[in-house]
Amino acid sequence: MTGMGSYLPLFVVLPLAAGFLCLLLKGVAPRAAPWLSVVSMLGLLALAGSAVGGGGTEVAFAGGWGPRAFGDGAFVAGIALVLDGLSRLFLLLVALVGTAAAIYALRYLAPEPGRPLYHLLFNLLVAGMNGALLAGDLFNLYVFVEVASLASYGLVAYRPGGTEVEAAFKYLVLGTVASTGILLGIATLYAATGMLNMADLAAAIAAGAVPRPALAFAAGLFVLGFATKTAAMPFHAWLPDAHPSAPAPISAMLSGLLIKTLGIYALVRVFFLVVGVDERMRLLLTLLGCLSMWGGVLLAQAQDDLKRILAFHSVSQMGYVLVALGIDSWLGVAAALFHAVNHGLFKSALFLSAGSLERLSGTRRLSEMGGIFQRAPATAVGLVGSCLSIAGVPPFNGFWSKLLILIALVSAGQYLVALLAAGAALMTLVTFVKVQRKAVFGPLPARLAAARELPATMYLPVLALVVLCLLSGLLWPVGVDGVVGAAASAVRAPGEGGSAVEQYVEAVHGSRTP
Amino acid sequence: MTLYALTFALLGVGLYGLLAKRNMLKKVVGLVIVEYAVNLLLVAIGYRTGRGAPILLPGDDPALFAAGSVDPLPQALVLTSIVIGLGATMLLLAMVLRLHQRYGTLDVDRMDRLRG
Amino acid sequence: MREDGDGLSVIVQVVTRWILVLIVVYGLAVASFGHLTPGGGFAGGVVIACGFVLATLAFGGRSGPARAFHRRVAQLEAAGALAFLGVAALGWTLGHFMQAWMPRGSGLTLASAPFLVLLNLAILLKVGAGLFAGFMVLVLFDRLTDAPREGEGGA
Repeated sequence: MTGMGSYLPLFVVLPLAAGFLCLLLKGVAPRAAPWLSVVSMLGLLALAGSAVGGGGTEVAFAGGWGPRAFGDGAFVAGIALVLDGLSRLFLLLVALVGTAAAIYALRYLAPEPGRPLYHLLFNLLVAGMNGALLAGDLFNLYVFVEVASLASYGLVAYRPGGTEVEAAFKYLVLGTVASTGILLGIATLYAATGMLNMADLAAAIAAGAVPRPALAFAAGLFVLGFATKTAAMPFHAWLPDAHPSAPAPISAMLSGLLIKTLGIYALVRVFFLVVGVDERMRLLLTLLGCLSMWGGVLLAQAQDDLKRILAFHSVSQMGYVLVALGIDSWLGVAAALFHAVNHGLFKSALFLSAGSLERLSGTRRLSEMGGIFQRAPATAVGLVGSCLSIAGVPPFNGFWSKLLILIALVSAGQYLVALLAAGAALMTLVTFVKVQRKAVFGPLPARLAAARELPATMYLPVLALVVLCLLSGLLWPVGVDGVVGAAASAVRAPGEGGSAVEQYVEAVHGSRTP
Repeated sequence: MTLYALTFALLGVGLYGLLAKRNMLKKVVGLVIVEYAVNLLLVAIGYRTGRGAPILLPGDDPALFAAGSVDPLPQALVLTSIVIGLGATMLLLAMVLRLHQRYGTLDVDRMDRLRG
Repeated sequence: MREDGDGLSVIVQVVTRWILVLIVVYGLAVASFGHLTPGGGFAGGVVIACGFVLATLAFGGRSGPARAFHRRVAQLEAAGALAFLGVAALGWTLGHFMQAWMPRGSGLTLASAPFLVLLNLAILLKVGAGLFAGFMVLVLFDRLTDAPREGEGGA
């Protein structure tokens, strides 16, 4: 780490530069903005691809301010960016879904005004998520979470209708309270240890440097904050309003990525690496998960608005991830991460499809749709494929990750939770069979007789995501296993004991600057 | 310790305003109070009674410096968190303006069209 | 601001014209010496943004310069952000992102850390323009047909 610097900051610098370039060129070349987003996302895809190719843990220190000797130990004084298996997995997901959303937005947003601002916020969202995925200390995690959150608040309010702004207001208030809770938790840990770097904190907490009440207080605040960002059940109130209110590519980004990077990823990083997970925490995760799983599915039954159905199912699917995280085994963590990634792929495909259907039929009401297959087969195939994925139909990826979660639950002896998960999966299947029958097949309403297939830039991203769903289902033993397995091993060693934390600490401190 | 207790009291005041008030502007004020209570707590964590400003001059002994000055890091954190809070508040006020323009009221109960 | 939005009395306008120069110079000084004294790019940016808020109040939001400035303010903010990224990225030529790539002087002078001065000035541009844009959005809200949404003001 002494000679050449690391390329890691590029993950944040590239989208930031693209975003502000969009704003700079506002008056000169407004048409460049959508293409700048596509170029920045393709660049990130290449970067993420090369990052996934590498192994081990890479560390970059801003300005070269690495670990310093102090007293009889060493601590990290500067801002660290850390790339390990867990970050790799989610960086790849962000790049894949972000690219699809950027290409989709090329034509979807074409008639709407104020596009440079949209693309600025889109790129800020991506920069914030990438930064949160790479942040090596708690405070920068908080800052990047806030950057991504602020961009998402603006994007939810992008369409200036009353309900959209109202949803954004609610989202902003709840999101800011959650972030303030996270900051309070960070302040508590800092007061007890005087450290912010996650590797240093992990070592200090493992050594018992934080009194138990303080640790419990901080842990409670982190659960509150990150569960709100994940929209787990008692903290979900903002999501069903906020996600449908945004434009379709942003709904895909929010439901497909944001609740995972700011919620699941941050939860896993903070608890599995820094704070530590005990039996009570596992029980809490299982409870939150069961509540979300069933609550989301049941609330979705009463909806007729396609995007609201999808939003409630995001709550439900995050429930599976939380339940799997509550299992005390490597398999449970791996299944949770696999399902989080799969959900990112198929839920973004679903939200993009919902946007296409809205564009085609002029409504989001399922009861007024129908017969789209006769008019726009490519769009219809995209929706059907992603519906099959979320419903858990083999050989799509949703089936394999749900199966893995069930296997992990049964082998951990949690039969009741396994039964609940299987029941919720069945309900999901029923819902999405209904959705595709109503939206795609059936008689064509007379109103839609003139509907025509949408431009290729709107159905190709969806089809690409569906193909990815199929591939990650079929090729699970070949390539996916390695990436997801490495991600799970980064936070939990396959055998007994918590050597993953030690590895992380060693990796961060190993790259000492002279 | 009293200082910590007071910041938590301030936090409670902000949360009360956020939850109990129906006027959106009062909710915004409540949210800002919550943010500032946490900022105040952070500054209080870094403060050490009787110590000097954290300026490390060439030739100073780092150990003596660490023992004789207040903790500068929380101040940097608070600065960042104030800037973030500023952005959030500005966005929130713009939304309140837009909602007032549309519904002609600041009362959240009278504009609730979302089923949540 | 008066109801019709075209400024305050001529006394205020004359005084503002004098004071504005001082405010801008003061903001620049606060930002440039940020590495030595309390202040820095953010504080300097706030000072300068306040100066332009004063000018807008005195001369009215509809005066020619104010409108011209408002049209360009987003570009200025973007230029500030890009300048910050550019200065920070030049650190890669020596090894690390954000590495101080300019020669360091000694003593408590402006030249003691030119790298920090550049970063502070970039932040000054970003924060000054961003805050002023936020002010304009909030004040002129009903009058802007396509109101830009500001919210990510920060470095």
